[in-house]
Amino acid sequence: MSTQYSAAHSFNKVMEILDRYDRSENKIIPILQAVQEEYRYLPQEVLTFIATSLGVSPARLYGVATFYSHFSLEPKGKHIIKMCDGTACHVRGSSKVIDAIRDRLKLSAKKITTDDMMYTFETVSCLGACGLAPVLVVDDEIHGQITPEQALALIDKIDAEEKENA
Amino acid sequence: MPNLELIREQYNSARALCTKRIVVCAGTGCIANGSLKVFDALKNAVALSGLEITVSLKSDKPEEHKHHDVYMVGSGCQGFCQVGPLVTIEPNGIMYGHVKPEDAEDIVARSVVKDEVIERLLYHNPEDGTPYKGVKEIPFYTKQMRTGLKDCGNVDPLNISEYIAHEGYFAARDAFTKYSPEELCTFYKDSGLRGRGGGGFSTGMKWNFARIEDNPKKYVICNGDEGDPGAFMDRSILEGNPHSVIEGMLIAARAIGADEGYVYMRMEYPLAIQRIRKAIVNAEELGILGDDVFGTGSSFHISVMEGAGAFVCGEETALLASIEGKRGMPNPKPPFPAQKGLFGKPTIINNVETLALVPIVMRQGIEKFRSVGSAKSPGTKTFALTGHVANTGLIEVPFGTTLRKIVFEIGGGVLDKDGKINNDAFKAVQIGGPSGGCLTSEHLDLPIDYDSLGAVGAMVGSGGMVVMNDSTCMVETARYFMGFTQHESCGKCVPCREGTRQMLEMLEDICAGEGTEETLELLQEVGETVKLASLCGLGKTAPNPVLSTLRYFRDEYEAHVKAKYCPTKQCKALTPIYIDPQLCRGCTLCTRVCPVGAISGEVKQTHVIDPMICIKCGACIAACKFKAIS
Repeated sequence: MSTQYSAAHSFNKVMEILDRYDRSENKIIPILQAVQEEYRYLPQEVLTFIATSLGVSPARLYGVATFYSHFSLEPKGKHIIKMCDGTACHVRGSSKVIDAIRDRLKLSAKKITTDDMMYTFETVSCLGACGLAPVLVVDDEIHGQITPEQALALIDKIDAEEKENA
Repeated sequence: MPNLELIREQYNSARALCTKRIVVCAGTGCIANGSLKVFDALKNAVALSGLEITVSLKSDKPEEHKHHDVYMVGSGCQGFCQVGPLVTIEPNGIMYGHVKPEDAEDIVARSVVKDEVIERLLYHNPEDGTPYKGVKEIPFYTKQMRTGLKDCGNVDPLNISEYIAHEGYFAARDAFTKYSPEELCTFYKDSGLRGRGGGGFSTGMKWNFARIEDNPKKYVICNGDEGDPGAFMDRSILEGNPHSVIEGMLIAARAIGADEGYVYMRMEYPLAIQRIRKAIVNAEELGILGDDVFGTGSSFHISVMEGAGAFVCGEETALLASIEGKRGMPNPKPPFPAQKGLFGKPTIINNVETLALVPIVMRQGIEKFRSVGSAKSPGTKTFALTGHVANTGLIEVPFGTTLRKIVFEIGGGVLDKDGKINNDAFKAVQIGGPSGGCLTSEHLDLPIDYDSLGAVGAMVGSGGMVVMNDSTCMVETARYFMGFTQHESCGKCVPCREGTRQMLEMLEDICAGEGTEETLELLQEVGETVKLASLCGLGKTAPNPVLSTLRYFRDEYEAHVKAKYCPTKQCKALTPIYIDPQLCRGCTLCTRVCPVGAISGEVKQTHVIDPMICIKCGACIAACKFKAIS
């Protein structure tokens, strides 16, 4: 892993977050959310650090971090694509879009991040935008009534932008 | 103490100085369709046309009130997401759909400066093309009874004065100044208000259990962990009218004697989280929330807690564990949260929709509230109508409304596999999400309420209503729901953890053509066991989609296991290989390559495949020179 999270100044950030939540054991979930916001995932060293600071066992923290689907112990890609696979999206053909995106990015239900760390693709259970089913979220922007072709075009667009900036 | 009457009066006088009001829907659905760009384009177009415009009506300083030609508001979800972005022009009552930024100039020139209606932007009936002018005419709205949703999409969710001008917070003030906690519990018990989150338990009775507990610390929790895929009423209410939920929480706090509240939100709803946070701050500034609620000396504070993605946290005891910073796993009841809840203190947990209805019930009075709906389920209920239906969106109807009215009248009819309205294509409605069941055409005239649905193996649940047409495979649908609940099972109790896994595997077998009649028997048996023996609501209801489809679509399951055939051709492994008689030249090549002799036919005659013998190896497809086999 190339991310330099172990640098002392990074832990300062964690300390700030811990202070913001009064170093309270009850606030483990908001603390982890804030830490994940900072690092885009939960690095193992940081988890151990938080556990020690809160005076709880690393296992307790690990238990919480692995229970909730929002938390990721693996680094995520630069661009996060989420496909809604809620009931409304499912009956309106989300599976076809999911297959197309996985094909294109060479990902699967188990492997969700591309090797070049450019994309993470995950399915979510419901975004509550069922009137627009099926729904795709690319970097927090919602796209409704999406087809496999449109989804691939969105990825093409990001690819092109990345190439330009490279 | 906030002077609600004065705020209302000042707001109304400021509002009366505005000639027109443009409401642009800024709910999640419309924003995804580009409504924020439409908002900006309209704002620019109004400014360019030389009209006076305001986007935030300042009403607190009467000396600064002045005339505005246009008052522009971004509202919460108006329910008709499919037609978004929605733009409404008042007082004319014109509603435009699918508005694009390019339309802004035209709208301002013709419908704001003048009073013309632009027909091309109106909603047209998809069946016969009739244009409708606005909510007072569009059948999607006229056939509903919007009570809880009435102000959702009408008031500016970020303007507390506007909520107060719509009679908001008066009920909460009465609760704190005119009624005792006991009177409030009795009032809500007599009103017949039942929890909209799924169970349908009497709200007043629940409150009373917490009220009689002798404890100085009590909590009120708003359950906004709307995890049912296909339901989005809680999101819409929190986005569109967050103050109604806060007012409901205040009344609940007074009824049980709580001084602290939490709104537990799904993190998938960032806009709703942002709006409820803002609403809480505004209510604190006015002295409605805080240490001196309405000047009575009582205190009530609300914090927002964001969930981290776990469906089971919608279950009360799991939700409590989650707020306490633990894994969100349920605990056995009793003790009920009303006795021993958050941090061991008496706690009541109400769903968003229930809380939004609480002030409305007080405003209406028991008699009026009970005049709608059925005797045991009074009032209205919000449903998220989605799937293969012409009008998808959020609807509100009285309890006792039939499915027929909801699907064919409000929903505008069923869409067939080509996307055309064809009511004969109706197959089923899945109600109540992964905990609910399927209703079929035989239930179309069943009046929908808590009790009638329970009797046919479904439940109101959170109110997700997914319409399915005849191209939907019910076995695959059951597999989909089981995949969801299996994934979300927290793993604490064996029946749910292991049972859902076994049921999922059996359903996967059936869809893959490996099921037998014994699989169906076992599936039924395991389902009934999981239903009986699971610890919490998730497990107890997880088998519902399977058991109800087994009950109403038994023939479809049997086709999968006996004839190894999927009638809707959704299960790839069970879709027979077929020779197109139009393309087949009768060359006999396929009969020669078939390893099991499943193909028969004379030379130069159309050949046919016997699906009972065919092993779907695909050799014939590869061999056919005329691409007749698929």
